[in-house]
Amino acid sequence: MSAELSRARPPLPYEARGGVLPGDAACPGCPIPIALKTLSAVFKDKAILVIPACCTSVTTGIYPGQAYRFSVVHVPFASAAAVASGIAQALRARGISDIHVIAWAGDGGTADIGMAAVSGAAERNEDIIYIMYDNEAYMNTGIQRSSSTPKGAWTTTTPTGKVESKKDVARIMISHGVPYVATASIGYPHDLYSKLQRAKELRGFRFIHIHAPCPPGWRFEPQFTVRIAKLAVETGLFILYEYIGGKLIISGPSRPYRDPSKRKPIEEYLKMQGRFRNITPELIEEIKRYVDENWKWIEKMASG
Amino acid sequence: MVRVVRPRGGDKLPLSKPLVGVAGKTGLWRHVKPVVTLEKCIKCYQCEIFCPAISIIVEPDTGPQINYDYCKGCGICADVCPSGAISMVPEVST
Amino acid sequence: MGVKLALTGNHAIAYAVKLAKPEVIAAYPITPQTPIVEKLAEMIESGELKARMIRVESEHSALAACFGAAVAGARTFTATSSQGLLYMHEFVHWVSRARAPLVMAIVSRTINTPWNIWPDHSDFVDQRDAGWVMSYAMDPQEAFDLTLQAFKISEDPDVYLPVMVGIEGFIVGHTAMPVEIPDEKLVEEWLGERKQPYVIDGSEILGLGGLTMPEDTEDMFYVIQKAQENAKRVIKEVDEEYGKIFGRRYGGLIACHYCNDAKYVAIAMGAWSGDLIEAVEKLREDGYSVGVIRIRYYRPFPAEDVWNVVRGVKGVIVFDRAISFGAWGPIYTDLVAGLSFYTNKLPYMVNVVAGIAGVNVTVGDFYNIVKSYVDGIEEGRITRNVFEWRRIRR
Repeated sequence: MSAELSRARPPLPYEARGGVLPGDAACPGCPIPIALKTLSAVFKDKAILVIPACCTSVTTGIYPGQAYRFSVVHVPFASAAAVASGIAQALRARGISDIHVIAWAGDGGTADIGMAAVSGAAERNEDIIYIMYDNEAYMNTGIQRSSSTPKGAWTTTTPTGKVESKKDVARIMISHGVPYVATASIGYPHDLYSKLQRAKELRGFRFIHIHAPCPPGWRFEPQFTVRIAKLAVETGLFILYEYIGGKLIISGPSRPYRDPSKRKPIEEYLKMQGRFRNITPELIEEIKRYVDENWKWIEKMASG
Repeated sequence: MVRVVRPRGGDKLPLSKPLVGVAGKTGLWRHVKPVVTLEKCIKCYQCEIFCPAISIIVEPDTGPQINYDYCKGCGICADVCPSGAISMVPEVST
Repeated sequence: MGVKLALTGNHAIAYAVKLAKPEVIAAYPITPQTPIVEKLAEMIESGELKARMIRVESEHSALAACFGAAVAGARTFTATSSQGLLYMHEFVHWVSRARAPLVMAIVSRTINTPWNIWPDHSDFVDQRDAGWVMSYAMDPQEAFDLTLQAFKISEDPDVYLPVMVGIEGFIVGHTAMPVEIPDEKLVEEWLGERKQPYVIDGSEILGLGGLTMPEDTEDMFYVIQKAQENAKRVIKEVDEEYGKIFGRRYGGLIACHYCNDAKYVAIAMGAWSGDLIEAVEKLREDGYSVGVIRIRYYRPFPAEDVWNVVRGVKGVIVFDRAISFGAWGPIYTDLVAGLSFYTNKLPYMVNVVAGIAGVNVTVGDFYNIVKSYVDGIEEGRITRNVFEWRRIRR
């Protein structure tokens, strides 16, 4: 066989090349460019990203340059879903059908200030993809808590640990009955890639929740971003699934952890992050119960 | 129908275009840097897939090529490498 | 040429929007604007208007969706009032600073607390710093004409600013008058296809509104001020051209009545200008030398146009249907500032704030107020400028 044997080139990393440019303003170890690279592998430049106030507003860089090779519309904090709706309707009115409108927002701009607009766009089944990348706090403004911050986590506005539970936005989107809801993680880029690919092929309101560990915000060394993302899944804390056509399908990387005995101890995940430094044994037990409850709900949905 | 007509006064508009190095030479941020031991590399592409600084390209024959102008020294490449082919060493100014 | 229909101000605006042929409309209902949205929905359902309507869940999302549609290349429109306008205020700035051509109708209603649905100009003037071209109609016909012209002005390459057209809720919004609707084909020819400074539709990779350093940002804002200056000329050109093609010309940024030899001039904006003109006509019969300037465009502010009329008068009485708490009436404030660039010696300037929160001001009230100030100045009892908030009660 000749050494010129042509190999099938896997989509990652080959299709991701060139979509995100080096030298952006993200912190070392930031999960955002990992997710955006994966996104660019699926959409190339045939996407308009609608980005509200969030870390990505800044990582994009400074006028007159931007680090992304796709169009971006920067918008006020609460409005990503609404602006995306307007862009999508305009493109449809103008007969442009090959450009995808993607709202790319953080947990703050989605679950808190943006919740009304997200719910409205979902209820209207607007033809947009809404991606919430979840670093579990308002990181851009300096690590203040959001509704997506998990219980027990330190933030600057919850110095003794957040009291409330994490708002499950993906579940809220399922309740809206939209065509596609998925959870994903930057720790599993191939899984994220296939979910973005599926979203690309569907129409109507599609929602993807990407788990994105943040080194300065969660208090860990930047080299561990991917390891911690994986641990969240391996402990069963973050469950990867798709909700499509009214059915819930547990994704491959999460399937082993349907069996509680296969899940890594939650302590392994918590002790890697300084934001959980002062967590109590009672709270850890509560978190374990929370994990079990979540799996119960997932199993019920998956069997239904 | 819509026509794009630039403002006649040559107005400055809030429009940006793709550009490498929008935050400058981010390689200057490093205090540790990745070094590749090519013999250990199994060309799995994990380092390139996970590099947030877009500073590693893996080619089948030459292995991982690091762009030291922009590598921020986060260490993810070393952490995800399954064969220990990348180690982080202190950044020494020459 | 066209058809004449008995239309309320709200419906007149809807008909103007129909003729402008927007592709996307996003609006949220609020009293007293609702008939505009409902009429447009009806027109879309019947096929008269081929637009996509986004039934957004709030006013903030209404202007957000219109902004998105506008930058993606669609002609677009929205309407609101009072609390709704305040809710979308963040976007009012966002749109003008993005130089996105767009038209919005404001059906004026006072600002709450407490709940009050009746008209004054406070919601409209509250937007004055944002960089929109702002016009205010006196009757349904003018509401129609201003709305149609708004699309043309907004999409002019020397302007490229969003335009808001105001009318008083109920007084003009819900009151019917004969309105002439021009021929659709003529309008299409005159308005032409949409123009905008850039488009985000995937045809070119562009980032809109990214982080910008102070000097570059200031440059971007500076050219908005230049565009407002250009708008003064464009507004007059559009008014002239519209007059030639459709038969109605209003005079540009301001409209003047009986000003040629007037010793005193009263200034107002909106529907009550009609009552003021009637009152001035009575005053003139009674021997008073008074004229009226009606403000049609509040931004760009027509300081020079007003100066050219009042340069020789003895006194100017400015009626404001809004108050800037802690200061004075907005039109008065802008006028005195604007005139200060043309002279160091102003005539007597009087500011009367009245009609706030929908309080009715009649021809008789205008007659008495203007007469009292003219008498006061003539008889030497008034020796300096005066601010008065005249609360009219029966």
